[in-house]
Amino acid sequence: MSGDHHPAAAKAGSPASPGRREFLTRVSIALGALGAAIVAVPVVGFLLAPFFEKQSQVWRPVGTVDSFRPGMTVKVDFPDSSPLPWAGVVARTAAWLRREPDGTFVAFTVNCTHLGCPVRWLPDAGLFMCPCHGGVYYKDGAVAAGPPPKPLPRYPVRVRDGQVEIQTSPIPITT
Amino acid sequence: MGIARRLWRAFDDRAGISQILGPVLRHPVPKDARWYYVFGSATLFAFLLQVVTGIALALAYIPSTANAYDTLQWITHQAPFGRILRGMHYFGASAMVLLIGAHMARTFLMGAYKFPRELNWITGVVLFVVTILLAFTGQLLRWDQTAVWSIAVAAEQMGRLPLIGRALARFLLAGDTWGGQTLSRFFAFHVFFIPAVIFAFVGIHLWLVLRHGISEPPEPGRPVDPRTYRAWYQSLLSREGRPFWPDAAWRDIVFGVCMAGAVVLASLIVGPPELGKPPDPTIIQADPRPDWYLLWYFGLLALLPPNLENYVMVLGPLVALIVLLLVPAISNRGERSPARRPWAIGLVFAICLTIGTLWIVGARAPWSPDFTTGPIPARIIGAATGPIAAGGRLFYGKGCQYCHAIAGYGGARGPDLSAVGDRLTPAQMTWRILNGGMNMPAFAGNLTPDELDALIAFLKSRTTRESTP
Ligand code: FES
Repeated sequence: MSGDHHPAAAKAGSPASPGRREFLTRVSIALGALGAAIVAVPVVGFLLAPFFEKQSQVWRPVGTVDSFRPGMTVKVDFPDSSPLPWAGVVARTAAWLRREPDGTFVAFTVNCTHLGCPVRWLPDAGLFMCPCHGGVYYKDGAVAAGPPPKPLPRYPVRVRDGQVEIQTSPIPITT
Repeated sequence: MGIARRLWRAFDDRAGISQILGPVLRHPVPKDARWYYVFGSATLFAFLLQVVTGIALALAYIPSTANAYDTLQWITHQAPFGRILRGMHYFGASAMVLLIGAHMARTFLMGAYKFPRELNWITGVVLFVVTILLAFTGQLLRWDQTAVWSIAVAAEQMGRLPLIGRALARFLLAGDTWGGQTLSRFFAFHVFFIPAVIFAFVGIHLWLVLRHGISEPPEPGRPVDPRTYRAWYQSLLSREGRPFWPDAAWRDIVFGVCMAGAVVLASLIVGPPELGKPPDPTIIQADPRPDWYLLWYFGLLALLPPNLENYVMVLGPLVALIVLLLVPAISNRGERSPARRPWAIGLVFAICLTIGTLWIVGARAPWSPDFTTGPIPARIIGAATGPIAAGGRLFYGKGCQYCHAIAGYGGARGPDLSAVGDRLTPAQMTWRILNGGMNMPAFAGNLTPDELDALIAFLKSRTTRESTP
């Protein structure tokens, strides 16, 4: 198979001294590595982009103050901080908004602190329950039962011009 | 000589195909390599089936968070052959996971990872890991509600890693939350990155199989001695070796075709898994469960004591991987026959039993509240009016029934209360309801005295005699 090539190869190689051959080997490997690195930087950078990106958070209106009855907990929906145009419905976020009897507001994330499943509010029981492993929280977000290691995280809430506003936040990750 | 044959000869002379493939196909294999040797090739066939059906699905699937769900609905319910293709891709994935498991178990049981095939095992472990990743990312591409919440669950697990956990979780989500980039990245991992790794490692794995030959069936009392094994194996092959093609390959072909047939049949009869609700994170009524191959892990996470959870989540997969990779380092010589390695049989049996048990528990998920339960019928409550009837309604309304069952109505998270009147006094019941404990929330702030009385009246009436409808 390689019979035709040997003489030519030997001929081409004969003038090269071992030192020159060594030099050419190193230059070829170094150049190859450099080329690969140049290509790799943007590719790997793009792959790892989520590590470096910072998303700024924004306040989102979720309803007028009067639309929430004191003592009630309701689900409110709002868009993420910077949804991409093609994100579709996943750009929406839900929160459990509670208006305390004294009129103040508390907003809980819907993500269970155990492994992130969406907790449901059971108004008659006054509890949040998680469908995944049975985590239970009281109406103030404190852990009532099950595996959740921490209370339900809260979103910052404020009232502006008669509107209740929630500040977007990353999905809470229990560490 | 026919014209076709002449053409082939001319083509082959220029291309050199027979020259390269001939020795590969005809390499000698031990004559007793029989049916239990087919799992490796069948795993490869299943992977190729995934490549082919995956490419076909990619003709219509749009990996954008806004469109993926709709395109899959269209593929499943309207596109010609779409349903069967999705079914084949799903059952092909299941076959691949099952077969790679069977192949690993066979290799381990027969000690085929021992000298000189240590690297075959190690590359196989890498292939096993990336196969699981391929299966998991595939489930996410279904991009329904379960997929979206499964990503959150995976991100939470990543989050438990010390120092880098939060960053890794962000990497998985491709941002602070799910968003426009989440799915396209999983798509790229599923169809480009992971298959590229699989192709590369399958290449290395096959090269190693050719280099070291197919391991001969083990015999008790014929241990592997690295100093003499290679010479002994060569003499075995020259004495009684058979060309791989067709003497051994026919079994691989028959088994592979049967596997593909079973995949097609399952996709025709059972069909692909139905998509869940749309991937809208504001739809809270979700009950995310992994596909069957990770259901046992779901069960494990639910059953772990909280103080062990972090260790198992973070260290468990890592330790399992390291142990698997180190198997040949632990013993790469000596007996190969399972008859002389009862601990190997015991280990495989124990792993199957553990995973099987966790799998069954994971499928039943008794720890999850039963949100689907309905009010207990009046004939079981035993009263239509009065405190017992009111208590029965409260038992449902206050959510007790999500966790406790009575006469088959309700969840299995807490004890069955069908006969609680026989076990607990009203005082004990009251104490438990008001104060909670033993993994039960306290209801003190959520029940009026009248409601509590009614509830106790109802529970007191749950005795063996009355609970029988
Ligand atoms: S995710 Fe909520 S209890 Fe596990």
